[in-house]
Amino acid sequence: MARVLIRNLNKFYDHDVHAVKDVNLEIRDKEFVVLVGPSGCGKTTTLRMVAGLESITSGDVLIGDTVVNNLPPMDRDIAMVFQNYALYPHMSVYDNMAFGLKMRRVDRAEISKRVQAAADILGIGDYLKRKPRQLSGGQRQRVALGRAIVRHPQVFLFDEPLSNLDAKLRVQMRVELKKLHSRLNTTAIYVTHDQVEAMTLGDRVVVMRGGEVQQVGEPLELYNAPVNRFVAGFLGSPAMNFAPARVHEANGAMRADGTGFGIEVPAEFGARLRAYAGRDVTLGVRPEDLSVANGSSPPGLCLDAVVEVVERLGAEILLDLQVGGQTMVASVEPTVRAQRGDKLRFALRPDRLHFFDTASEAAI
Amino acid sequence: MIEGAKWRRWVYFYIPLGAFVLWLLFPFYWMLVTSVRPDRELYRPWMAPNYAPFWTAHPTLVHVMDLLTETLFTRWMLNTLFIAIVSTIISLFCGLLAGYALSRLKFPFAGSLGTGIFITYLVPQTLLFIPLADIIRNFRLGDTPWALILTYPTFLIPFCTWLLMGYFKAIPRELEECARIDGATRWKAMLYIIFPIAVPGILSAGIFAFTLSWNEFIYALVFLSSAEQKTVSVGVTSELVRGDVFYWGQLMAGALLGSIPVAFIYSFFVEYYVAGLTGSVKG
Amino acid sequence: MAISEAVTGRAFAQAPQRGAATRLLEDERWLAAALLLPTVVLLGLFIAYPFVEGVWLSVTDAKVGIPGHFVGLQNFAALLHDSIFRVAVWNTFVYTAVATVFKLALGLWLALLLNRHFRGKAFTRAFILLPFIIPTVLSTFAWKWMFDPTFSVINWTLFQLGLIHGRINWLGNPDLALISVIIVNVWRGVPFFAISLLAGLQTINPELQEAAAIDGARPWQRFWHVTWPLLLPVTMVVVLFSVIQTFADFQLVYVLTGGGPANATQLFATYAYQIGVGTGLLSEGAAVSLAMFPFLLIIVVVQLLYIRRVEVH
Repeated sequence: MARVLIRNLNKFYDHDVHAVKDVNLEIRDKEFVVLVGPSGCGKTTTLRMVAGLESITSGDVLIGDTVVNNLPPMDRDIAMVFQNYALYPHMSVYDNMAFGLKMRRVDRAEISKRVQAAADILGIGDYLKRKPRQLSGGQRQRVALGRAIVRHPQVFLFDEPLSNLDAKLRVQMRVELKKLHSRLNTTAIYVTHDQVEAMTLGDRVVVMRGGEVQQVGEPLELYNAPVNRFVAGFLGSPAMNFAPARVHEANGAMRADGTGFGIEVPAEFGARLRAYAGRDVTLGVRPEDLSVANGSSPPGLCLDAVVEVVERLGAEILLDLQVGGQTMVASVEPTVRAQRGDKLRFALRPDRLHFFDTASEAAI
Repeated sequence: MIEGAKWRRWVYFYIPLGAFVLWLLFPFYWMLVTSVRPDRELYRPWMAPNYAPFWTAHPTLVHVMDLLTETLFTRWMLNTLFIAIVSTIISLFCGLLAGYALSRLKFPFAGSLGTGIFITYLVPQTLLFIPLADIIRNFRLGDTPWALILTYPTFLIPFCTWLLMGYFKAIPRELEECARIDGATRWKAMLYIIFPIAVPGILSAGIFAFTLSWNEFIYALVFLSSAEQKTVSVGVTSELVRGDVFYWGQLMAGALLGSIPVAFIYSFFVEYYVAGLTGSVKG
Repeated sequence: MAISEAVTGRAFAQAPQRGAATRLLEDERWLAAALLLPTVVLLGLFIAYPFVEGVWLSVTDAKVGIPGHFVGLQNFAALLHDSIFRVAVWNTFVYTAVATVFKLALGLWLALLLNRHFRGKAFTRAFILLPFIIPTVLSTFAWKWMFDPTFSVINWTLFQLGLIHGRINWLGNPDLALISVIIVNVWRGVPFFAISLLAGLQTINPELQEAAAIDGARPWQRFWHVTWPLLLPVTMVVVLFSVIQTFADFQLVYVLTGGGPANATQLFATYAYQIGVGTGLLSEGAAVSLAMFPFLLIIVVVQLLYIRRVEVH
């Protein structure tokens, strides 16, 4: 059972920098979990504590059923892929991949078998005799992966492995990583700042900020039901639109009015928002949930906007809008005709609205 | 760039450069000419009308032969070679380990130790030679090559450490971390990953250390007394002057031959030597 | 596929039992201690211990073969009244100051010359380091021979050029001896300065010079305002090393003049040798050696502070 359990994990640097704050996570056997968040959120520190490269200030890390806090990295049966590949420059590709096995005194025949097998999976069989400096970025990344694979570890750790690749290669490698994981079926912890990688690669995603876990769950769960404003704004591109609004009761129905707009609060939020009557909340709506209003759109759920910028991407059109006092972005179909300066009305979907407590930023 | 007329290039560049090169290399030429000049030409005063300094019509190897057969010169060369090689090995060993510890490991007093080692580099030998002579005598190492082999590292190690630290710092941490995750102990990661990558630095440090050892004088002068134990520098200085008479032919031959090993190594490893020199300054 | 078959269903193997030594060396602090041990032992034994012993010697009246008794600062007091010592101090300062200035100026000039592209640059660069590589004592003998009053090739050349009319006793004339010694020291040190400063020059972005040229600066101005400030950190380090070595110099003077004529070239180191080893007055010799220390310390500290200030900028 190669699950990883992180219990009440804390990391202090120099007594006053609290880099990781009381993190609790369970990564199940064979699961691919992504830790995502902006730089400085503690995701890499957490990963390095699991690897044994950073000391643990308090809390436990368990791999399987063993507490590994005091085990050196070499005894934890893990493999890590680094952002800068960390290939040994003075060794050939073959020796790079064989190094870990040599350290564990695996016999030569077995080493050769494993290296060849990994090389075949990754398509680097032709490069085994070359040195890292003779390879391109993508090839080096594959070698780094190969080096991890041959070890047959219990857990794979990834520290932003795709960040150094150019955009096109990154997309390609993402797909390959996903295929690789389903093939290898090994527990993996993956750290990245890129929310697209998080959404596409993770079985479950952990969003972190300022050393704390914000939310854990399946990607779509986090996308559709973020627990706070940060998670809501972090996942999804372009980011969710936020607008401050005041909640009040009018004619028996709840309304949320901001500067230059007002909507009727849908029934499912009504009860929860009643507690906020007379106070400010933050309204959240994703760009793709803003569509150009037509005759069948409920009037209470519409926003009037002025188009400021039109960005035609081919598969969609992004409209930068001025809605009353704030800017918003809408993502609409490529067939929509719009020009700078047009006044358009947009409809909201009642099931795709979000409200957040302005002070605590928690979802309502 | 020197813009403009060709004469400017000559005046501002070729002539000064030529003058420098001439000035810096002339003494070696002089050494060479003197070594092969027969005595009757050698001891001709400069005021004499047939003083022809820059070449000789009758080159002879008699000085070189006398040097090799009548003096202990070959013995001195072997002594110096032995001492230089062993000192270099000891210093590289200590320097590698210390350099790695100071640049890659976190431990209390790391800063002060680093500064301490730097400071010992600045302590000149002429400050310590008198008490050291006493200590060497007490350890019964006087008049043996070990007196030098153990004391030379005092100025070689700080240099090697400092130079190698510069090389180590340029190696990314991830390489060691990856090695440790792959299954290597810290010790093995240091040996199999870091050291091989730092080989250029090791070469530079080694060559520089060898040169410094070969060049050392005052410790060798003070700690060694019998003629068979002397190093080339000391031997040439003390044994080739009999009474008040300087045997210039042999002296220059000795100076020339005594410089050959160092010049030889240097010629093959110029880049490494220069890297060592500039590394110590930039470090 | 072979790999996935091998991976599935394997229980987490127990971490191998490792020996106590291995576990200990995994700890950063113990490993550091083990790695630093040989160095600390060697340096402690042959630098720290002699230093302390030197201090002890200088406050006793020990002579060779005769252990000494504590006499306080008597040796140092005697030195203050020793006219030769005073001459040695003066000589050392003059020697160091003049030689360093020339080494810096000439070394810098040579570095600037070498900083261009020309045929044979690599060879030239390699050859000019020879004075620094070849054992000092050996090349100094060549100079001694070149300076010999009766056989000097320098005298001959100057005479042929009509610059002198009689013999010049470079090393035997008290007024000339120190100058001669300085010449040899500068000859030996210029390559070190040149190569180090050259390396420093090569790290300066040539675009800065070009921008200055476009702005209308003449070569001298470009040097003073662009090159020199950027070169200062390297320069200061080189000067620091050179000053220390020159201040404590022994080999050159020992071979060329032995400290004479009439102490005209006597330095700290040669005087200490003369007293301590030559006449066997260990404690007084130790005192002379140690007298170097306060001066050296001040020079080093001043320069280090200056270096730090320059680097911060």
